[in-house]
Amino acid sequence: MKLISCPLNGLRNISEFICGGEVKAMPDPISGSDHDWAEYLFMENNTKGLVREWWMHVPTSYWFIVERNTETEEIITTYPASKLFKQQKEIRET
Amino acid sequence: MPFGLLKYGFSKAHPSERHFKKPVSLKPSYDIVIVGGGGHGLATAYYLAKYWGITNVAVIEKSYLASGNTARNTAIIRSNYLTPEGVRFYDESVKLFQDLSNELDYNILYSERGHLTLAHTDAAIRTSRWRAEVNKHLGVNSEVVYPDELAKLCPHLNLSQDVRFPIMGALYHPPGAIARHDAVAWGYARGASDCGVEIHTHTEVTGFNFENNRVVGVKTNRGDIRCGKVLQAVAGLSSDVAKLAGFKLPIKSIPLQACVTEPVKPFLNIIVVSGSLHVYVSQSSRGELVMGASSDSYPLYSTRSTLEFKEELMTHLLELFPFAGKLKILRQWAGITDMTPDFSPIMGFTPIQNYYIDAGWGTWGFKATPVCGKRMAETLATEKLPDLLKPFELERFYRFEQVGERGAASVGH
Repeated sequence: MKLISCPLNGLRNISEFICGGEVKAMPDPISGSDHDWAEYLFMENNTKGLVREWWMHVPTSYWFIVERNTETEEIITTYPASKLFKQQKEIRET
Repeated sequence: MPFGLLKYGFSKAHPSERHFKKPVSLKPSYDIVIVGGGGHGLATAYYLAKYWGITNVAVIEKSYLASGNTARNTAIIRSNYLTPEGVRFYDESVKLFQDLSNELDYNILYSERGHLTLAHTDAAIRTSRWRAEVNKHLGVNSEVVYPDELAKLCPHLNLSQDVRFPIMGALYHPPGAIARHDAVAWGYARGASDCGVEIHTHTEVTGFNFENNRVVGVKTNRGDIRCGKVLQAVAGLSSDVAKLAGFKLPIKSIPLQACVTEPVKPFLNIIVVSGSLHVYVSQSSRGELVMGASSDSYPLYSTRSTLEFKEELMTHLLELFPFAGKLKILRQWAGITDMTPDFSPIMGFTPIQNYYIDAGWGTWGFKATPVCGKRMAETLATEKLPDLLKPFELERFYRFEQVGERGAASVGH
């Protein structure tokens, strides 16, 4: 069984998690067009290689970020979503 | 006697038949280049050459013929879908399949078995009823059956109430069938090749040349070729090839695993599927039980095998057929499926004018091989999308007009 290191619960079996898809920017709820929303909801990069995704530990409903390789099935790193969004905020402010 | 047979094997007087002519080199230009030498690509080439008279066609395959998902599916053919669009489409496919050995003059070992989708909950019975009514309305033979009839249709099935999920009924689809998947690809390849289509195996597409939003050339590892039109039919690698052409698809690549047991005497005539238990099983003409489960739970481009898959599949299979515990697994493999958000395929036009697509074949590709080949050939020849394919355009996602087939996918994914 493959293991994922959950930032909240530690090492757990991968069957306890679900994959929520790649991290991507949401269209602006006010100004986003239908086309933007379709793109956001349905179109996938479907990257072969390194990806950054949302994952959830189902028993605790805890969402976090996983970076993994979709070609070799290696889990590279996991961290709380707050880390990512703090970084993005900083980038936006600078 | 065995030595007598061996003599024939070594004798040059009885050479084995080649299925398609091996072209030496790529021509500088083709009217149509089909990327992907699987069932769908070969079928399209066949119908283009035979029924539309377009023979200046090249099928380009990066590995050997039909080496991808054409060889990795569990060969089930059925049309008991949920949406009218889906039922119409797959019904045409079943009809083409029924006559395919004759059409290709090649035995595809088509074997009509009947298909049972077991229901273990009230909700599943409701979906079965819904599917049966949609099917009947469109002339497709499906009905809901209950345990008394199930006992006659499949005497080996465990109908006991002392299990975790007792069987409450099933959707029975008599035209459900299996066929030899490799033979389908070989038959189409031979038919296309006889009409003059060139099949280039071990030729990988590395890019495309564009002029004014039109594709004018295909770059391969064996040199560049010019082309009038391109069809992409590479389920499993659809996103990758579409990226070379510069557009995105609503597809996630997810492995689907399957396995077969050692061969045993024929005992299971019917195809048994359980959506709630995530298992489908049929007995091949060789006697092996061919089994599959749901696709994996996360996207991946690796065709590795996992123990979890076998554990889950066997737990459920043993509930349906307890005696299967004595059987040994002989082989196991995986294919990469193109999962779309609505569990329906993507066929037709793309953002590039003369670049056509045939993708999104999650777990429903093999059963659509003939209809897809026939109708994509029509699309390429006439540059108009047939009514049958209109609901499956890529554009449907931008119009929020999806064709939701999740309820009729073989198992709950």
